[in-house]
Amino acid sequence: MEIDEVRKVASLARLELSDQELETYGQNLTQILGYVEVLNEVDIKEVMPMPHAVDLQNVFRPDERGPSLNRTAALSNAPKTDGQFFQVPQILEQKDA
Amino acid sequence: MSSPSYTVIIGLEVHTQLKTNSKLFCSCANEFNPDNPNTQTCPVCLGLPGALPVMNRHAFDLSLKTALALNCTIPHFTKWDRKQYYYPDLPKAYQISQFDLPFSENGWLEITNDEDGGPVRRINITRAHLEEDAGKNVHDESGQGGDSGVDLNRTGTPLLEIVSEPDLRSASEARRYLEEMRTLLLFIEVSDCNMQEGSLRCDANVNLHIHNEDGTTTATPIVELKNMNSFRNVEMAIDYEVKRQHSEFKKTGKTIDDSSKVTRGWDAERSVTFAQREKEDVSDYRFFPDPDLVPVVLTESEIEVVRRSLPETPAVKRDRFRTEHGLTEYDASVIIGQGPGITAYFEAVVFACGDGKIAVNWVTQDVLRDLNASESGVDDFPITSDLLGTLLKWITSERLTNKSAREVYAILKKRAVTGDEISVQDVETLAAEREIVRDTGALEAAIAAAIASRPDAVEDVKTGKLQAVGPMMGMVMKQVGGADPKEVRAMLISMIQDS
Ligand SMILES: [Zn+2]
Repeated sequence: MEIDEVRKVASLARLELSDQELETYGQNLTQILGYVEVLNEVDIKEVMPMPHAVDLQNVFRPDERGPSLNRTAALSNAPKTDGQFFQVPQILEQKDA
Repeated sequence: MSSPSYTVIIGLEVHTQLKTNSKLFCSCANEFNPDNPNTQTCPVCLGLPGALPVMNRHAFDLSLKTALALNCTIPHFTKWDRKQYYYPDLPKAYQISQFDLPFSENGWLEITNDEDGGPVRRINITRAHLEEDAGKNVHDESGQGGDSGVDLNRTGTPLLEIVSEPDLRSASEARRYLEEMRTLLLFIEVSDCNMQEGSLRCDANVNLHIHNEDGTTTATPIVELKNMNSFRNVEMAIDYEVKRQHSEFKKTGKTIDDSSKVTRGWDAERSVTFAQREKEDVSDYRFFPDPDLVPVVLTESEIEVVRRSLPETPAVKRDRFRTEHGLTEYDASVIIGQGPGITAYFEAVVFACGDGKIAVNWVTQDVLRDLNASESGVDDFPITSDLLGTLLKWITSERLTNKSAREVYAILKKRAVTGDEISVQDVETLAAEREIVRDTGALEAAIAAAIASRPDAVEDVKTGKLQAVGPMMGMVMKQVGGADPKEVRAMLISMIQDS
């Protein structure tokens, strides 16, 4: 795996890696991909794609409200808060959704 | 130049929040509540480790209803995927959405033609899929680079994304598509469609097909427009973008092959679009099936049950108003475009008075004018459909002139201001006091008296100056309240000519 690819994957996962780490993980990933590569040898022409590992479908819940956490509890794990909002460094980027 | 040198290509992505009690995957309230941030969250929508989502049945049913109303095909198998998304308003760092197997595809929505009287335009719908909404970021307004606040009340509420094909050809067409979409969503009762509260949002993909002199066509880079919070802003932003892309192309010659899709925001204050960050490659979202949610499998008969339970769509209603009540296309659109409340009011008035044209005139002129002035909803309007229907029945049975009916209407409005209850009986009484006089004996006597008192005017009328009947008409009308002016005028002229 090229270092640039590793760098891109790391950046997409918001991981900051040193040059040494890029090197190491690049090698690891190459090994893993090589290992998984074996699967390409299986003939799957006649096999339908498997959508889910569990053989279950149509699991729903009724549209009923239940209790939510109170605000103090909701914010209790926040690295930073003003008591009302989660606080994060200023968001400059525009987002999708 | 006589013909435009380019064609405008527009596709819209509409996001609409579904009207459910609870969120999509947890039982927190699905309610607009910006004044109480972070009071509607739980381990599921906070993305806490180990919490598991379970699909809200009603959210899925509302989605299905919408897709069927949009004439979509419903595959029998659908699943949900994770879309990697690193922003603080979705704490899981992914959005549960639908990637390759959405629950609906290949539908259409009909809109009126850009050209007056042209046939309706069928805008194809690529797909509609059900996903979770993100929370809301509140930015520091001081300009000091302070922290942003994050409110997760909206995180995980059900959101339906409806993607159109790039079939729209002008900004005004895009606006009409949105209006039609909103009307549909309101009539089938799946969303409040409140743009201020964000329950209806829209992004637009816009580019141009430039027609070159050699007969070939060149496409300009696709721009995704965002931050448009009203239909008018969508129209203005697209209009601006079309001009911008055209002049940009003339300057740089850049084509769709030279640039991937870019995002531009709409600045409503300055009426311009501005460049935002480059859009990530689709593959960068790294979709994969969500292992926490199982697929949904539907049978044809289950789909059929929902299809049959669909209420009348605005398009069908519009046709029926034309054929059944004799409305013009325009009048039918005005009524229905006002939403389900006014439409139900109108239908009740027609039912009571039996005449669609009279009802539509009163509703679109008097009622809408007063509603707009009062800024209250039709449900709080003091002159209910019962009262107006009762009043208009007097016109349709030719017992009251339009003018007298307006007098009654004005009296009713005055009474409403003072807070008095108005009953149907009150309307009957007020109308009866102004009933058109059919007693021709009294009318003839009054006319004869008027003729006798104005020999000068009589001479004028005889020599063809018909307007000279005016003063005599006034005398008659004063004496016989409720007389039909048209009838009085006709009788006056014929009695003078016969004398
Ligand atoms: Zn929740």
